[in-house]
Amino acid sequence: MRNLDPEPLIERVNRAARDIGRHVRIMEVCGTHTHAIGRGGLRAIMPPNVELVSGPGCPVCVTSQCDVERMLLLAKQPGLVTCTFGDMIRVPGVTSNLERERSEGADVRIVYSPIDALELAKRETDREVVFLAVGFETTSPGVASVVLQAHQQGMDNFSLYVSHKLVLPAMEAVLSGGSRIDAFLTPGHVSVIIGAEAYDPLALKYSVPCVVTGFEPSDVLEGIAMALEYLDEGEIGSFVQYTRAIKPGGNRCAWDTLMRAFDVADGEWRGLGVIPGSALALKPAFSKFDSIERYHLPEVEAVELPGCRCGEVLKGLLHPPECPLFGNRCTPRTPIGPCMVSSEGSCAARYKYG
Amino acid sequence: MCLAVPAQIIEISGSRARVSLAGNVREADLSLLEQATVGDWVLVHAGFALEKLSPEDAEETLNLMMQLQGDGGEEP
Repeated sequence: MRNLDPEPLIERVNRAARDIGRHVRIMEVCGTHTHAIGRGGLRAIMPPNVELVSGPGCPVCVTSQCDVERMLLLAKQPGLVTCTFGDMIRVPGVTSNLERERSEGADVRIVYSPIDALELAKRETDREVVFLAVGFETTSPGVASVVLQAHQQGMDNFSLYVSHKLVLPAMEAVLSGGSRIDAFLTPGHVSVIIGAEAYDPLALKYSVPCVVTGFEPSDVLEGIAMALEYLDEGEIGSFVQYTRAIKPGGNRCAWDTLMRAFDVADGEWRGLGVIPGSALALKPAFSKFDSIERYHLPEVEAVELPGCRCGEVLKGLLHPPECPLFGNRCTPRTPIGPCMVSSEGSCAARYKYG
Repeated sequence: MCLAVPAQIIEISGSRARVSLAGNVREADLSLLEQATVGDWVLVHAGFALEKLSPEDAEETLNLMMQLQGDGGEEP
């Protein structure tokens, strides 16, 4: 077992930061890392020349306003059961959110797994059940499996609103969008599926080390130490801190399942706009499970939330406290933007942990 | 959203398993794994086993999680 005691890791971080000598920006891509950084108080112990920047890896935060509004339209459909992960329930639409719709009579249920939504549809055959499918490659293979199971079982009262995103195109959009990032801590559980090697082309193209990092504060500390050491040594590529779970090439079985149910498609992200090849769409063979088609959902013009600067926060261009709304009008109790709503949003983490 | 936790398989029925997760018995779907057997450690996210873990790696993760337990654990 490796030594993940904080003290020697802090020493490694300090030593490497001293050796580099210049200002370094490290982006943690994943919202779960943002949370771990807050939980471990890591921001406060960083050397002065090491800046941690939160990235676009909170699925709820990057869900476009158009998708949020259409999810609300779905929830309002009479007789429909809308199943969602808990994180989504308070994400603000322009005039409402899922929690408010529920209090006004919509049947919105929080589920732990997409399997729960499928089981509900099997139990309540006289109801139509929709699952709001958000998440990155950690979550989407399971949803793909549910699609295949629903198809196999001939379900006709079950559909999905698919808003899945892919991590790599968003990382590239951050780099090409003008945010200077010297190294990435890449999401450990996405990487369990896609494999660490998936970051190689990006790492080489932009000369950034990508360190696949686990989710405990000690993991993140070691990931930072590794990123700084690779930067100092001028080594570019993908590296693995999270050796406990990452296998060479990722989980091919899970990836194949994903690609059996979904095609890669263009996707609209909050803050990042439309990114080619950054999202998933149900394959035509499974279009009967597509809530958008089933309920003829219209395109909704995205009205940005007034004053909200989540878009810049998600691109690493703005730290949460630099937003004028942060901490006064926008708090976890009265969130204006999605980065304050989700417990993994960078604004919520900064508010909670400082 | 991307949290996943180590759990040990205690019973398998088709592609579904019962797993022991932090002392609780939960359901987990095994369809994303090539193969798995009772006693295996797996990483569970949103009701799906994402990958198998060695017992040592599972133990290391559980130990690290214990260090800060009760301080901000989130549902995946």
